Parts: sequence; C-alpha cells; structure tokens
Amino acid sequence: MSKSSISEPTRQFKWIAAILVAFYSLVTIMPLLWIVATGFKSSADSIAYPPKITFQPSLEGYVNLFTTQTRQTKEFMAANPPQNWYEEIVHSKGMVIAGPSRFGERFLNSTIIGFGSTFLSVFLGTMAAYAFSRFRVPLKDDLLFFILSTRMMPPIAVAIPIFLMFRAVGLSDTHAGMILLYTAVNLSLSVWLLKGFIDEIPREYEEAALIDGYTRFQAFYKVVLPQAATGIASTAIFCLIFAWNEYAFAVLLTSGTAQTAPPFIPTIIGVAGQDWPAMAAGATIFLLPVMVFTILLRRHLLRGITFGAVRK
Amino acid sequence: MAKIQIKNLRKEFGDFTAVEASSFTIEDGEFFMLLGPSGCGKTTTLRMIAGLELPTSGEIVIDGEDVSQMPASQRDIAFVFQMFALYPHLNVRKNISYPLHSQGMSRVEIERKVADVAATLEIEGLLEKPVSGLSGGDRQRVALGRAIVRNPKCFLMDEPLGALDAEFREHMSDELLRLHNKMKATTVYVTHDQLEAMQMGDKIVVMNHGVIEQFGTPQQIYNTPKTMFVADFIGSPPMNFLNFQAKLKIGTTKIRLGNQTVNVPELYQENSGDMVFGVRPEHVRFTDNTGYRGIVTATEYLGTNQLVTLDTANGEIKARISSNQKANVGETVGLGFESQRITLFDGKSGSALRSALNNDGDYNG
Repeated sequence: MSKSSISEPTRQFKWIAAILVAFYSLVTIMPLLWIVATGFKSSADSIAYPPKITFQPSLEGYVNLFTTQTRQTKEFMAANPPQNWYEEIVHSKGMVIAGPSRFGERFLNSTIIGFGSTFLSVFLGTMAAYAFSRFRVPLKDDLLFFILSTRMMPPIAVAIPIFLMFRAVGLSDTHAGMILLYTAVNLSLSVWLLKGFIDEIPREYEEAALIDGYTRFQAFYKVVLPQAATGIASTAIFCLIFAWNEYAFAVLLTSGTAQTAPPFIPTIIGVAGQDWPAMAAGATIFLLPVMVFTILLRRHLLRGITFGAVRK
Repeated sequence: MAKIQIKNLRKEFGDFTAVEASSFTIEDGEFFMLLGPSGCGKTTTLRMIAGLELPTSGEIVIDGEDVSQMPASQRDIAFVFQMFALYPHLNVRKNISYPLHSQGMSRVEIERKVADVAATLEIEGLLEKPVSGLSGGDRQRVALGRAIVRNPKCFLMDEPLGALDAEFREHMSDELLRLHNKMKATTVYVTHDQLEAMQMGDKIVVMNHGVIEQFGTPQQIYNTPKTMFVADFIGSPPMNFLNFQAKLKIGTTKIRLGNQTVNVPELYQENSGDMVFGVRPEHVRFTDNTGYRGIVTATEYLGTNQLVTLDTANGEIKARISSNQKANVGETVGLGFESQRITLFDGKSGSALRSALNNDGDYNG
C-alpha cells in the first residue's frame, strides 16, 4: 500500500495542522495585541509586574499622545475645573493641557510622504515596466539588472552619502526630499513587480485597441491599466508599507518639519520617564492606515502574491 | 472594400529574417489564405498588413494608398486574433462598440450598429454579459462582431479557429464563409491547416521560412505544386515522392522509373541528375498492365476509399483506392499512374520542372 502525495490528509493530521496554525497565529499576533492593549492601560498598569492581562481601560495614553501638559498650582487647578472628559483625565493627575502635541503633524507628514512616494513609485514603475515589457529597449537586460542591483545592498549603507547630498542641495528635513528618497528605494521593486504583471497581460489586448483606432497611449490607459490593476494594487501596498514603516532614514534625515511618525513615537516622554501607554497608542494609530489600505486591497494582494503561479 | 497589394515586403528582427521579399495581390472581396507551418512568416506578414509591425522594407498598398509606415489605428482594417483578445473588463456590448467610440460616433448610432451586428451574428441575447463566461464559439462571434461593426476596408484573421475544438471548428468555418459571402469583404486569413485553407480560400499563398513558395487558387496549389515543399505540405496524405536519376530533354514524355517506362506530361525544360517523381495518392492505381510493382505493407480503411502503403524500388508510396478493391498486406501488385497528373521535381532545388501540366499562365509565385 503506497500513499500518494495528493491523497486527502487524515482527520488527525488536519487537527494537528489546525492547532499548529492557531499557535503560530497567536505567537505572531501577540505583540500586536499587547501594543493595542498597552495603549488602553494606565501608566501604572503598563509597567506592572507581573504583567496585567486584565485591567481597567483608560484613555490616558491617547490623551497624552495628542496633548502637551504642564503642572499647575492647586489654586489654578481649583479655579479652572475640567470642561470635558480628556481634561478630566489630565486633571486627575494634577496637570493641565497646555496645547496639542506634535503627533498630529508627524502623522500628517507620514501620510504625505508615505502616500506621495507610493504614488510616484507606482506611477513611474508602471510606465517603466510597460516600456520594458513591450518595447525593444536597447540594453534592456542590463538596464533591468542595474535597476535590480540598487536593492542589493541595504539602503542604510548609503545613508551617509545621502545625508551629505541632501544637506548640499537643501533637501534635508523636507517632504520633497523624503518622497524622492523613498521613491528611489521603492522604484526597483515597483518596476520588477509590475513588469511581471504586465508581461502576463497578452499583447493582443492592446493590439486589438490599436486596430480599433486608439493610440498607443489610449490603449495603455484604457486596456492595459485596468488589466494591471491587481499588480498595481499589490505593488502599491508593498511600497506603502516600506515608506510608512521606514525608520533609519527618517531618523537621520528629518528632525522637525518633515519628521515622520516612526522616529517621533519613541521620543514621547512623560513626566516620569517613558510614557508607554502614549507610545503604544501612537503605534496603534500609526498601524491603522496601512491596515485599512491593505484590507481594502486585500483581494488584489492575494492574487498579487500568487500571480503567475496558476495559468488561466 | 479593398484591394491589397504587397510589394517586396521584408521584415527582419535583428539578424533573423522573418519575411523575405514577398509580393502578391489580394483582389477586392477575396477570401485570401496565408498558409504555412509555424514560424514561416505568415503571421508576421499579416501583422505588417495590420500595422502591428512595421516592415523593414517594401510596400503595402491598400486601395492605391501606401500604408506600410502608417500606424494600425489609421489603416481602417479589422483584426481577429487567435485568442480573440476580447477586452476582459468590458461586457459584450462594450467590446463590440469599442472601435466605434474611438471614431467619436454618436450614442444612438453606436446603439443601432451594435444591434445590427448582434442580429447578423445571432448574439442579441449575450450583449449585456461579461465576456469571461462565454463559450469559445460565442467569444469568436463577439470578436467577429467587433471586427465587422465598423465596416473596415478588410478583415485580417490570425488562425481564428485555432482556439476552438475540432467539432465546433467546422461549424464556425461555415459561419465565417457565410458571413464573407454576405459582406463580400476582402479577408486575409492566416492558418497552418492546409485543409482549412483549401476549404475556405479563394486564393492561397504558401509560405515557408519567410519565403513565398507558391501563390494561386487551391486547385492550382493542389494540382500543380511549384515546389516539393508545397506538394508535401498540401494534401493529406501528402504527395508521394519517388527518387530517380535521369537526363531529361525538352519534350520528354516518358521516363525510366525502376527499370520501367512511365508516361509523364510533356516536359518544357531540360534537367539531369537527381530528380523526384511526384504523384498524389489518388493518382496511383492498381493495375495488371504494368511492370512497375510494389509490395503492400499496410492498409487504412477510410470508408468509401482506403489508403494502401506500398514498398517500391524507388521508395514508399501511398495509394488511395476504392474500398471495394482488394489489398492484402504482403501482396505484390502492379502500379499505374495517371500520367497527366505527374509532377517532376529537381532533386536538389526541390522546384517543379515545367511541363504540359503546370505551364499555364496563372502559374506564378
């Protein structure tokens, strides 16, 4: 009796597999859940030992994240009672809100730089990939290898030259500079991924459009782009995840105006050292856009990851 | 509708010459076949007529206008692709109307034209459906619809039946012919299937390695092949080739084949050395009044007739004879040939020798 490799797995095997998958999911998702939970803990609960699984939820972390606070005299506090729920939280610690924190700005910077560079990477990448896929480009293979080779060393290896270059041309701590940098890093990925997708689209579709009286650009825009939507979506997700999460260059090249959220979040300091709940709250909010973006495009992403594996 | 003239058309891809100095004329309203094995340059020729490839040199004249360097969108031709190339993101109606939108036609007129075409092709019920769920035949109809909707100068078809299964092919080829007869549109059709070419074509160009081997009606191509390639490519089974050596003068009507004298059409050119005696299987008879003999090695029963394979002194030969005739494996039989249907070829170049059979005026390449 020989067991063929494509036979249906047995019941026990399925159970074992399910348990393993569940365990692995738990291990992977645990840190994430812990961060989300920490965001809702009070300062004391966040550093309690042994760690608390159950706790009294509090929005203190979120309030701290979005505000700057100062200590005031008892008289002042008594004269200015809290007007709303968040002032109350701050008040209970014997402090008052002095103004909004910089988190909003930093978050906005992340959004502008992340989505801006994603748009540029995908836009330029699609054009380049289409040209590489469809036309006789002189030295095509060499160019493609050259583009890929920009990924062969860790980007941070060129941090110092880039730092000097940025300083020389006045791009340090600017949105344009960061968009440019992330676009440059992402472009190779984008060109290669999209070339694969566009190669899979039969040329006949565009040729049919050319014959039907459309120009090359119209054919590209009206026929190829809708077909490449899957590839564009998954490429956009990969580009956004990189640009959104990038930390090393952001630390080095931004300090104020164009600082993104990743270097900002660890600098959140409360009255008594690190304000863990505020940091966790920042990380949670920071996760949301990419999560939403990915969930919106997940159908494309799934098809994107497995593209080429199955011939239609 | 249009007359298409191809003059010295040539296409090179780097070092590779896909099409070599082709010339032929497609008359207005003709159903014209480009036939040849894969890689012979027939599709490249078609794509050059369409404007999807630009020729390296030569002219393509459609209705008196040289279009060889014009982009496809300005040539006013329709193309039916092998895989149909229906726009996957559009439904049937939008697929058919797509070429009309590029002309900036009014909505009302587009509506009317699509309805006309759908009625002609009997696909009214499919108009609002997505193309992804359609059967092969319906896809084919939609592709044809997209081609005929704008009344182009000519239709170019690249193996349009190649993607259909055998049973349905027959049906679609009838439908295509009916459509052609109704519209009287000049059609250029690429195929590697010689039967399809013979059945449907008014004229056939046979290509091989980028070179036109022969150009003519199906009858000319079948009966008077100009080269051994054509004789071998056309016909199923192909023409029999028996090798012999001789020195032949102009006016020869008899040759020596395996120590026997065999009649051939009067020769109009002299030749010597290795030669090939070409005879179609249906022009081989079993007869007792001949010294030329063969041993039966196999028989295939095909209904009304049968194919008999025989071994002769000059090589293997197949004969198509009536099923009523007896042919037993191992038997030695006398073989006669229909002398006026014989083609002699030069063994080296493979080209046919001019004779009373193939010397008519239409015989050209």
